Amino acid sequence: MTDESYAAIMSQRAEIMRASIGIDYGRYVTGALSFDYERLLADTGYDLARARVVQRETAVGSTPLVELRNITELVRTVAPSGKGARIFVKDEAANPSGSFKDRRAALSIHEARRRGYAGVVAATSGNYGAAVASQAAKAGLRCIIVQEAFDSHGIAQPEIAEKTRACEAYGAEVIRLSVGPELFYVFLRVLQATGYFNASLYTPYSILGIETLGAEIAVQTREQTGRFPDVVIATHAGGGNVTGTARGLRKAGAVDTTVVAASVDLSGLHMASDHDFNRKSFTTGHTGFSIPFTTWPDRADVPRNAARPLRYLDRFVTVTQGEVFYITQVLAELEGLERGSAGNTSLVAAFALAQALDEDRIVVVQETEYTGAGKHPIAQLNLARRMGIEVRRGDPRDNKPGARIVIPEHPSQIAAVEVDLDPLRRSYLRHALTTLPQSAQVSDADIDFLAAETRTSRSYVMDRIGAARGGTA
Amino acid sequence: MPDVLGTGTWVEIHRVVLPAGERAPQVPADTAAVALEMRVKGFLLAPAALGDAAEIVTRAGRRLRGTVTEVNPAYTHSFGAPIPELSTVGEEVRTLLRKRGGRQ
Repeated sequence: MTDESYAAIMSQRAEIMRASIGIDYGRYVTGALSFDYERLLADTGYDLARARVVQRETAVGSTPLVELRNITELVRTVAPSGKGARIFVKDEAANPSGSFKDRRAALSIHEARRRGYAGVVAATSGNYGAAVASQAAKAGLRCIIVQEAFDSHGIAQPEIAEKTRACEAYGAEVIRLSVGPELFYVFLRVLQATGYFNASLYTPYSILGIETLGAEIAVQTREQTGRFPDVVIATHAGGGNVTGTARGLRKAGAVDTTVVAASVDLSGLHMASDHDFNRKSFTTGHTGFSIPFTTWPDRADVPRNAARPLRYLDRFVTVTQGEVFYITQVLAELEGLERGSAGNTSLVAAFALAQALDEDRIVVVQETEYTGAGKHPIAQLNLARRMGIEVRRGDPRDNKPGARIVIPEHPSQIAAVEVDLDPLRRSYLRHALTTLPQSAQVSDADIDFLAAETRTSRSYVMDRIGAARGGTA
Repeated sequence: MPDVLGTGTWVEIHRVVLPAGERAPQVPADTAAVALEMRVKGFLLAPAALGDAAEIVTRAGRRLRGTVTEVNPAYTHSFGAPIPELSTVGEEVRTLLRKRGGRQ
């Protein structure tokens, strides 16, 4: 009889992972802390051209880049004279399952099939589940999606309920769980029992699949405007979106483009709390994922996360729940694009940041997502009211996650709150040092790695390590 | 007495994965106080009634056991009533654009 207790399964984590991804991460270790990130990605064989070929086989990518002329005009009603950059959006909802997640799933499922796996498993409550199920359907692979779906009262988060429906529509088995991080335990048990491929959001395939998005943005923006984007804004959760997009922009030559991450501020809500689960009004693109994954990417369901946002972020901003619902309504009514709210997080940031840029500058919002029953501001705000959250018009600075959602009264109230990257870098370094084995020394390779990880210098890293060892960090 | 559902009926089963008290050490107190529950849909492998322990075959071809809680479970997520706080936003921003247009 095999031991399926929590402790027993978690202790087998490493071997289950290795069998389910087929990558020996140990090959890429270069020091006590460091590993060869670029070689880990390159060894997959999916460069930009190859990724494009694979994605085209299932009609993924090549989505329209749409200029939001009316929203740009609205920005200019509140911006100083001569300011108000042109805003474009990459309409990723045009992908087969309705989001950019198809790009990530396409490479993962292609790889699973190439390696001869009979099926795929993904731990996701979001659009990625639908993307994996859609791709698996096309590839003829079995598919299991593990979701955190409902609270202890049996109340389902409506957006996740919609994703359950979508995954089942594509023929997937959906395991719906109540709230808690032990989802990972269930996920490991499923991988162990089935021998299926782990279509994690954080494998190299999943990140390389997004590079085509960054590259398309660079190319399409230049075709339509004669220049590369000045700013690209990506909704930021687990870090893959930012990482893949920034890499794709660079590969296409847009090396001077500023990459901005935007998250919905959910500070004060606990991500593993049964009570808070249905009081978030957002299931992704929020600080409950983006802060922990920025400060320690390797908390993921793979040994080494291929999404490493601090390497790529130029700026990181937060916006409020009420602002996102407001801009979602504006996008529908001024641009005729009814799209899901989580994807519009970066549109709020674009609206705010464009006001500081000259009118000839280009800001690109890097995604949209599909919308529908459950996955819509109306569904989220009705649930919020049912959970006792106040919904009102007012100053979005009064928004309080879990207690009050404030819809702006005027577009001039929209703002992007700057997140200082330095404390995040320090937090990353603290996390990294806690993984250092007792007997190990930090080598030159480790210092170089940590500098690249945090986009800082050797001296910055050495100062922080010194401070940590002196007990002052 | 509940009706017996035939083999092949599409149902949802429920199972407690980790009871309260056996949750992971890092979960907050409110989550630790409740069970980790699982719900999965599939086709009944043998006749069973609501509330019975039964075995299903899922869409991935797996056999799973649990308590039958729903028959042909409905998708009930929807939109609900319009949100008055959003209903006037469109007209407000169109008015701002008209004013700007008028100045030019």
